[in-house]
Amino acid sequence: MNKILEGSRAIAETIKNIGVDVVSAYPITPQTHIVEELAKIKADGEANFEYVRAESEFAAASIVEGASATGVRTYTATSSQGLLLMTEVLYNIAGMRLPVVMTDANRAISAPINIWNDQQDVMVVRDAGWIMLFGETVQEVCDLHVLAYKVAEQMMLPVMVNLDGFVLTHVVEPVNIPEAEKVKKYLPKYNPKEFLDVNNPLSFGAFVTPEHYMEIRKELYDDIVASEKVMIKEMKEFKKIFGRDLNLIEYYGDKNADTVIVAMGSVLGTIKEAVDELNGKPHLNPPLRKGRKNSVGVLKIVSFRPFPDSEIAKILFKAKNIAVIDKSLSLGQEGIIATEIKRALSGEKKKIVSYILGLGGRDITKEMVKGVIHGINKEKNRVVFVGK
Amino acid sequence: MSNTKNNIKYKAPLSHQLNPGHSACAGCGMIIAARLVMDTAGPNTIVTNATGCSEVTTTQYPMTSFKMPWIHSLFENPAPMASGILAALKVKGLEDKVNVLVVGGDGATFDIGIGLISGMWERGENTLYICYDNEAYQNTGYQSSSSTPFDANTTTTPPGKKSSGSQQLKKDMIGIALAHNLPYVATASVGNTLDVVAKVKKALSIKGPKYLQIYCPCVPGWGIEPKDTMNVARSAVQSGFYPIVEYIDGELVSKKSAQGGSALGGVTKKVSIEEFLKPQKRFKHLFKDENGKLEIAKIQKIADENIEKYKLI
Repeated sequence: MNKILEGSRAIAETIKNIGVDVVSAYPITPQTHIVEELAKIKADGEANFEYVRAESEFAAASIVEGASATGVRTYTATSSQGLLLMTEVLYNIAGMRLPVVMTDANRAISAPINIWNDQQDVMVVRDAGWIMLFGETVQEVCDLHVLAYKVAEQMMLPVMVNLDGFVLTHVVEPVNIPEAEKVKKYLPKYNPKEFLDVNNPLSFGAFVTPEHYMEIRKELYDDIVASEKVMIKEMKEFKKIFGRDLNLIEYYGDKNADTVIVAMGSVLGTIKEAVDELNGKPHLNPPLRKGRKNSVGVLKIVSFRPFPDSEIAKILFKAKNIAVIDKSLSLGQEGIIATEIKRALSGEKKKIVSYILGLGGRDITKEMVKGVIHGINKEKNRVVFVGK
Repeated sequence: MSNTKNNIKYKAPLSHQLNPGHSACAGCGMIIAARLVMDTAGPNTIVTNATGCSEVTTTQYPMTSFKMPWIHSLFENPAPMASGILAALKVKGLEDKVNVLVVGGDGATFDIGIGLISGMWERGENTLYICYDNEAYQNTGYQSSSSTPFDANTTTTPPGKKSSGSQQLKKDMIGIALAHNLPYVATASVGNTLDVVAKVKKALSIKGPKYLQIYCPCVPGWGIEPKDTMNVARSAVQSGFYPIVEYIDGELVSKKSAQGGSALGGVTKKVSIEEFLKPQKRFKHLFKDENGKLEIAKIQKIADENIEKYKLI
């Protein structure tokens, strides 16, 4: 049943229906509404998870880590500086193979201080060993949370579901909250083999010398790679039970497009509209080659870790120009998704340009997107900042 | 999927909760304290351990000395880990059936973890925090912490032409614990093993957040002989240098007299501060010249103030 809800409330109701045992969080804009709604859900007696108030994000991450190690289902949410403060714990949660699920309401990083959306925060913990998913709409974000628990608990890997701060956390739109009965069918009870238990005493978090460290890290690497197939399988299962599509990547627009825009998150909505307008009105989109109609496509990345290289390469190999739109950047280098795309297409002769848009909450308009498409053929710069 | 997780199943049929085979130094004060604490808490206990000697020496993969469920995550976070463990135990209906022990050294407790410990105490959770106080970052090579005593020679407070060692006073962790209105706050010295055992038992009999700080000489860090660990741990108490106190609900209910008592081996004369300082290389620079004598007088004053504050005589 569709409900008209704020994005944060929708996530909180999804978490309630998933049936988590321990929630811990520290408030930070624009994550606050999610944890406020969870507190309200508990106060109203709609769910009986333990809600532990933390004195920092570092503590919140550590609290869910401790709870997860004791064998229960956990949840936390944060944003921006909070995610950075959690960094040390996030690496530890992954290394300890604890299936924590968290939401990151993507927001810019200080300095200068800025509370609005971009995706720089999550890129800081890109290599922490978490599966990282990005939703375009509130619906997709809710669905990805259900998938996240299924994959996390199967692979003993933590999963971070990302959504653009404000753009999705504070938007009010119709959402079909994953129903508790359907979640029950989809997601088995969390029943870990190993946890802190006085009847089966184990030592967790041992000190590991050079003799064994590499093997343990490689195993984590291998399992993140392997999680790609598991996600594909679980996305199909999800479709069977919930009737909605989930994919690692999605393609939109002309199948034989000369120019493909690659992006992640809520900006896809704006891009798709711009692309529709261009594809529908050829005069707006002068041909790159004489006598040929020009067309544009869009590649949406949902799974950033693992990064589905071969799926992406299959889609992009026909394109001539690839415009990668990043809401984050590696300072002194280029947009971070741009680097990933170049790597996935290494050996292919393509024009790949890194466009940086929307930093610190700057609006991304259809005109900007059209400008990117029009300009890429003649673009000489490797990295282009589009602010107007 | 993972087959070689760094989680270790305990197999050796040994009698302690913390067993031999660890790699702590001969004469290590911390490991003696840890064994007393773990054996007293017993198998029905989950331990969350800060990074440091107590972790590195006991759980080198693929071995473990612990016969009880034990977890180490980071240097600064055993306290919020304990909060998470307790929350999970509540979900399972086990919160009144299992002890949750949080352990760390003075670096983890006085310095890097203090905000997170404050958070755990403020939540009022039923945990016992044990600090093994050896007065510096001994695991990384004897650097000073905020527990390091005045004038001590550490690798980051070396004495020299213009310095007589650490110029800061030891942080009053007991005062900080008391300010959190904990139902139980105490110090003990590993030089009095029965007192350590009694205080762990007492603490675990009380519901709520508890703090026990145990004085643990460090053989290489303090520059003492392994045979002298217990003697130094005792003379620190006897001289008034390390006050042994016990508070229940904020009331000072017991203290160990600086003149000694039966529990400390029947010492009746007041032990001078020199007697405590002299066997330790970290204070050796104070015994070289007249200036050293002045410094020793300052340390004597610190001990005298302890004696006065806690009415130890």
